[in-house]
Parts: sequence; structure tokens; C-alpha cells
Amino acid sequence: MTKQVQELDHVIIRFAGDSGDGMQLTGDRFTQETAVFGNDLSTLPNFPAEIRAPAGTLPGVSSFQLHFADHDILTPGDAPDVLVAMNPAALKANVTDLPRGKDLIVNTDEFTKRNLQKVGYDKNPIEDGSLSAYHVHAVPLTSLTVKALQDQNLSRKDAERAKNMFALGLLSWLYGRPAEGTLNFLEQKFGKRPEIYKANVTAFHAGWNFGETTEAFSVRYEVKPAALKPGTYRNITGNTALAYGLIAAAQLAKLPLFLGSYPITPASDVLHELSRHKKFGVRTFQAEDEISAVGSALGAAFGGALAVTTSSGPGIILKMETAGLAVSTELPLIIVDVQRAGPSTGMPTKTEQADLLLALYGRNGESPVPVVAAASPSDCFNAAIEAARIAVTYRTPVILLSDGYLANGSEPWLLPDVAALPDLSQDFAFATQETHVNGDGEFRPFKRDPQTLARPWAIPGTPGLEHRIGGIEKADGAGTISYDPDNHDLMVRARQAKVDGITVPDLEVDDPDGRAKLLVLGWGSTYGSIGAAIRRSRRAGYQVAQAHLRHLNPFPANLGDVLRSYEKVLVPEINLGQLALLLRGKYLVDVISYNRVRGLPFQAAELAGAIEEVLSHV
Amino acid sequence: MSEVSPHGRLASLTLVPHATGLAAKDFKSDQEVRWCPGCGDYAILAAFQAFLPTLEAPRENIVVVSGIGCSSRLPYYVNSYGMHSIHGRAPAIATGLAASRPDLSVWVITGDGDALSIGGNHLIHALRRNVNIKVLLFNNRIYGLTKGQYSPTSEQGKVTKSTPFGSLDYPFNPVSLALGAEASFVARSVDSDRKHLQSVLTAAADHQGAAFIEIFQNCPIFNDDAFAPIKEPSAPGLIRLSHGQPVRFGPDGSLGLTYGPYGALQAVAADSVPESQLVVHDVTRDDPTYAFALSRLDNRDFSHTPIGVFRSVPRPSYDSLMAAQLEKAREGGEGDLAKLLAGNDTWEVG
Repeated sequence: MTKQVQELDHVIIRFAGDSGDGMQLTGDRFTQETAVFGNDLSTLPNFPAEIRAPAGTLPGVSSFQLHFADHDILTPGDAPDVLVAMNPAALKANVTDLPRGKDLIVNTDEFTKRNLQKVGYDKNPIEDGSLSAYHVHAVPLTSLTVKALQDQNLSRKDAERAKNMFALGLLSWLYGRPAEGTLNFLEQKFGKRPEIYKANVTAFHAGWNFGETTEAFSVRYEVKPAALKPGTYRNITGNTALAYGLIAAAQLAKLPLFLGSYPITPASDVLHELSRHKKFGVRTFQAEDEISAVGSALGAAFGGALAVTTSSGPGIILKMETAGLAVSTELPLIIVDVQRAGPSTGMPTKTEQADLLLALYGRNGESPVPVVAAASPSDCFNAAIEAARIAVTYRTPVILLSDGYLANGSEPWLLPDVAALPDLSQDFAFATQETHVNGDGEFRPFKRDPQTLARPWAIPGTPGLEHRIGGIEKADGAGTISYDPDNHDLMVRARQAKVDGITVPDLEVDDPDGRAKLLVLGWGSTYGSIGAAIRRSRRAGYQVAQAHLRHLNPFPANLGDVLRSYEKVLVPEINLGQLALLLRGKYLVDVISYNRVRGLPFQAAELAGAIEEVLSHV
Repeated sequence: MSEVSPHGRLASLTLVPHATGLAAKDFKSDQEVRWCPGCGDYAILAAFQAFLPTLEAPRENIVVVSGIGCSSRLPYYVNSYGMHSIHGRAPAIATGLAASRPDLSVWVITGDGDALSIGGNHLIHALRRNVNIKVLLFNNRIYGLTKGQYSPTSEQGKVTKSTPFGSLDYPFNPVSLALGAEASFVARSVDSDRKHLQSVLTAAADHQGAAFIEIFQNCPIFNDDAFAPIKEPSAPGLIRLSHGQPVRFGPDGSLGLTYGPYGALQAVAADSVPESQLVVHDVTRDDPTYAFALSRLDNRDFSHTPIGVFRSVPRPSYDSLMAAQLEKAREGGEGDLAKLLAGNDTWEVG
């Protein structure tokens, strides 16, 4: 049967099912096929914190949204064009996000009376007409999978488990995705268990063939490859990019990498990734708690390592005591905060940007710490290198902000030319007796470099530079204990001046014709959503400028001028206006906040609405 | 100097460069020592400074890390590398340093409040991991720096500023705690017995991995004479442990130890039982129950208080295991960054 092929410029698919249904794996594989096909893409996994919530319930629903296109895109998309619902819970939890007229693929086998009751459906929504606004494809995915595997001598349970591969096969056919990658992946994953491997491959093919032969799907879709910048690409999540950035930074600084960490969602994958790369000399230490994790890192920094600790908000708050000691002892230390929804435990698997003020001010005393934020999953790589540059050059703790969306979301990454990465080893040198001992034979561990105001990094094992450091106030230069009032005032100001003086690139503004009256200023993971919203607004004829902050402390030197050169400044944040507070306080500019704190990234449509709302008053 | 000599070195120093010719004065910093007159810390500092040259390690390869409290000021007075860190966190900081720098000899100076109260978690985990650090716990059974509140080793009913009606908590026995935390080396000494303290420090340095030493330390201001009953060398309750020797103590060594019911140790007149029933001290027993039983002899009235090495069993240290994993991973060469970044699934555009 020849199927009609319809060309689309972009598609948003959401796979939704029970946490045990393998939706994240299905999404990952479809993403990889899509990447290899050459579309631009962006993904949004969304899963419960519970490892296996009770099967078939709303809290147990796990989903994976993928946006792919024949042009460059910035976000995982606002609302799906296709929803795959593996059970009634997945349908109920997601169908309200599906715009009318869009495609809905449901696994009818799971719509049993009991499963319907579990989520409060009195009647079967597939049959009662309540889904008539959608283009429903009712497919008995489970029984078709079991039927395809009936001659394979598998238990019914094992056979049923392959239904996600049937769904993947069907969707891969529907959107013309190349299958080789998935088949190779299955061989790698299940090669040692031939019966499971065979079942998954058979299910995948059965799904593919079902699409081709059934009349339930009369149209296949085609999304042509995107014209991305030439080069070699891979797909990468934020946590992987961040781990790679740290490994790269250590190589570029010619320092051994030390990670002290304690498991926490959504940061643990950085620990997992780094623990695999001992070949690069990476030492990973899983500590007894968050405090020990950062403490061990500070100890390694004292010993001359590029020292890192990774966590999320509830762990970062515990690390702040040691961050203060790092400020006082002026040692390089990278503290990674993969932010999640708070306060307290909050929503561990959901994203948020509400740790900005914690990063800047969450320590006792005058305790300035540079803060750097990543803007997209692949940008976590660059942000990690920048955090390392600041830490080693200025001998200071640096807080690197990522978040749950960046951590687990993925996008194609144009691989950097390793030879072109910055040589961080040029930015600092360990102190030696020759370079740092005065004519009088004295070593002054707090004598500052006149340019960077950094103190010498004199590591144990260096003869002649024996010295003691600690959290007690130190005499300027000599570094010995000092309670002198004027010395304290001087040291407080010196530490502040060092951070204020960090070299930070000017903020670049995207204002195509220079006539915009509104600037939209963001930071962190909202880069994609803000960009997508601005494209929409510009297509609708509005003039809007965009700028995005990588450095939250110190701010770029031109930030005040940029803010004052626009009539209105809109600051969207996934918090209640933390950057806005800083901007108002520092620059006396009356910025307009736009805030949603739902544990999810912004939707481009809501931001475009906010932009147009502000512009209606200009 | 600076030749690594794996032979003839103390076991914790095999990867530390070798240096001779240092004296106690070389380890005195230019900082004025500021403890209260009569504080036991003076004696411990002097014993430590005189002991350090015997390590035959360069000054620059010795690091002293402390937490917060009176004892934790010690690093300022030792002319080596040092860090006076945060209350309770010294074992964590020292762990990161020792795990990444096997060429250093790392000493942790802590107190009963620092190590057993706010830093209890770090202490027990550093001990069970067997990180190559030497922990010197100055136990004065009181909070000194904050001016005299009861500590986790103060006796129950202790009347202090924060417990005018007597403290309610039951105290820790630090040696029992360390043994329960799977420590591979556990010892106890006394501030005023320099020779004994130095012998225990040497034994600790000769142990690869974490060593825990409780040092009874007198605080003349807030808890004076807390250890008076065992301060005299002839104190009847003092049990000097010596590996391979029968445990004898009391007047003319007339007392010994035998096993009582349920494996507890009990003091008996040595001539009242056959010699074969008297306990011979053995620090190398892998099963810590014997060392634990010894630690339980330590009564509040100091009727039986063992000092010396309780336990010293060989176990690979955390840092050496970590170094071995790295070495194995690098057998086939260093990592290739470009290869790492590319991963297994790439595609070309253009």
C-alpha cells in the first residue's frame, strides 16, 4: 500500500506512559535517530521522583517530549503535535496539553475497566466521544507486540515489556527515521541476552510494519534535515556536557581533576559521568554528605587540583559554609548547582532558577563569589570551562548554575575543535620559592597579584613556601591571624575588589535594526524559550531586542548602559524576580519581571504574549 | 633530600620524599603560641614538633589540618603547610588532600567537640574509608574555646554554664567509637607523657591508612584535673598496652586481664589464674571485638584505663586504592579529549 507523504517543517512528539514503560529510553532512541537524520532538535524529559510509583497511576506517569525541525530551533516546543499515550494515566496527565485537531496514539489494551478507574475515568474516553477533537489512532500496542512475539517462547510479561519498541518502530516509520542506530543500540544493550534482544528487534520491526500496512495511518510525514552549520555533531545532555567541560578544563589548565560529590537529583549524572573517566586522571570521591563533598574538594584544591563539587539546591545550601572558607582562604573551587524546584526538597525532578540569590548571597559575612550560568544543554560545556578559568585565575570559589531542564534536556552539539579551546594554563602558575620569596627570605601568602588581585597558589610539596591558612581573618600580605580593625576593612574590600575586577566579556545584544524599544534580558536555561518567543514576536511585526547573561557576578561592565538604552526591559525568570531584584538594586532601572514557577521551562507562546503585552504599553 | 625511598620508611610515608637533618626547632613557626597557661596543648605541641623530624620527611610535604576549637589552633604553630578549617570538617578536607596527594603526610588535629559532635559524621567515614590521615583527638571533655559548656565526652550530670542542673547526655567513649567505625588503627595517649605520646605517634605514622589517637588533655580552666587519676606513671588504674606482651598493671604489675562472660575483659590478680588464661596484647587481630573489650575497661572512675595502641591491622588505604584504579585505567594510555567529546554517535552536516 503506498502511503501519502506530507512534508512538515517541524514536529513535536510526546511519549507518555507509566514509569515502568520505558518512555525515557523510547524518547532517547527516537532523539538519536532524529539527530542522525540531521534535524535540529530539543528534548524535555519529564519524570516522577519516585523510581516506580504504583503502576497505572497519575503520579507514575513519565513523559519525554521531542521537538525536531528542518530549521534551527531553540526549545522542546510548547505543545505536542502528537501524543503517544501508553495507558489511561498517561492520557489523563497529558491530553490537556494536546491542542485540538492534533494526533493522539493510544494503546487501547491498557484501557481496561480497572486502569480507567485508577485514574478516575468513569467511561472509556476512547469510546465515549470525549476525544473527538483529536485525530485518534487507537492501536492495541500490547497485544500486537505479544502476537508478534508469540513464537519466541517468552513469558507474557517479557513480551509485553517490548511494547515500547513496537511504539518506537511505529513512530520511526511514521516520521521516516533511520532505524540502524536503534538496532545497533539494542544489540549493545541486550547482546548478552539474545532472547530479549530478539524480542525488542522483532517488536521494533512489527511496529514499523504495522504503520506501513494498517489503514489506521494513511499519511507518513517527512521533516527534512536542517541546514545547520557544517561540522561534526552529536546529541548531548546538559549533565554530560558539563562533565566533559570539567574534564576539558582540567586538561586545558594542566591540572588533575578532583570531584567530591554526594548523590542528588538532578546532579548525580555528572558524578556518574566523571567517575567513568579515570583514564583522564579524574578522581571522584562519593562523600558521606554534601559538606564532606565540598570539604574534600577544598582539600584537593589546597593540594593543587582543579577541584569541583556538584549538587542541587538542598545540597548547595549545606556547602555554603565551606564556600565561605574558600572565599577566606582564596582557593580555586568550582561549585556546580544543578537547580531544581524548591524550597527544601521541593520537586526534585522539576526545573527552576530560584537559587540565584542563594549563589550570590547565601553565606555569612561579606563573601563575594563569582557566578556563571549555562544557557543550553550543550552550553554547559563552555560554562564549565569559563567557571574553571575564573576559579584558577583569581583563586576563588565559583558557582556554576545549571538546572534540571538543562541537565536532562538534549540538543545537537557542533563538536568543538579541541586545539582551539582556550589554554587555561596561561592564566595562572603555582607559586615557587624563586617567584615568590622576597629578598628577606619571607613568603607572603596573601600578597596579591597587581592585575588580578589573586594571591599566590602555593601548594604543599613546594619548599620554602610553607604557610598556614584558615577561616580567621588574615593580615594583608603576611596571611597571619589578624584582628586589626583597619586590616579587616581592607581585606573585606580586597576580596570584593578581586571579584568585581574579574574580566568578563561585554553583554551582546541582538537588536537587528537597532530600533527596538523593549529589551528582553534573561539568564540561564531560559535562553531557548526567550529566543523562540522573540522570533514569534518579530514574525508578528514587533521590534524586540534580546540579551542573555552568562555572568551573574560580576555583571558585564556594559550592562548598566545596555539596560538604560531601552525604554522597557522585560526580565523573564523561573523564580519570583531574583535577577530583577539585582538589576533594580544595582542599576536603579525599573525592569519588568515575568515569572512562572511551575517546575517547567517557559513556553514560547506565553513569553511572546508577555512581550506583546509590554509593547502594548510603549 | 627529596629522594623517594620506599625502603626503611614508616608505612604511611612510602610515597613521601625523604629528608634528614631536621630538628624540632625547624617545625616551630614564628607565631606566638596562645593557649591558657598550663593547657595540656602546650605539651602535645612540643611532643609533636619534636616527633616530626623522626618522620624523615621534608617540611613542605607535611600538612596539618584542623577544625575549630582550642586544639585546632595548633597548625598555626607548626612550620609546615597547614589549614585551620571549619568546625568539624577537618577529616573531610584532609580526605580530599590525602586522596589526591599521596606524596604528603597529612595530620588532622581535632578535639572532642570538633570531632565527636559537629564533625562526628566526617570522622567515622574517614576512619572506615581508611584514608591515609592521622587523626589526633585532644580530649579534654569540655568546650574550651566557647568557655566551658559540656562536650560529647563530658560525664553525665556535668554542671556547666549551659547545664546548670547537670548535663543529661550520656558520653561517647572515643576509642569504642573509632573501633565501631571500622578504624584500622586506634590508640590512646596522655598529654603529659611525652615519651608514650611520641611512641604512639610513631606507630600511627607506621600505619598505612587512617590512624585515630585519642589524647587525654587537661583543660586547666574549665575542666582541670579531669584525668588526674591516671596522670601519675604509677597510677593504679593505668594499663600500658604493649603488643605481644601480657597485659599487666596495678601495684608491681600484680593485675592482669582474663575473659569473663560474654567476651568482656575483667581485671584479676595475675597469680589467681593460670598464666595461659591471662590476656596477651595483640593489636593485629582482624576482629575488633578484643580491642573493643579493652576500650570498655575504661571506667569513669579510671579504675582501669588502657593507653597505647589498641588496634593496628593492615588494610589497603583509600588513596592507594584510588591511585591503583587510575593507574589501571591509564595502562592503555591517557584519555583522548576529542574522542571523548565525540562519543559513539556523531553525524556530519554540510
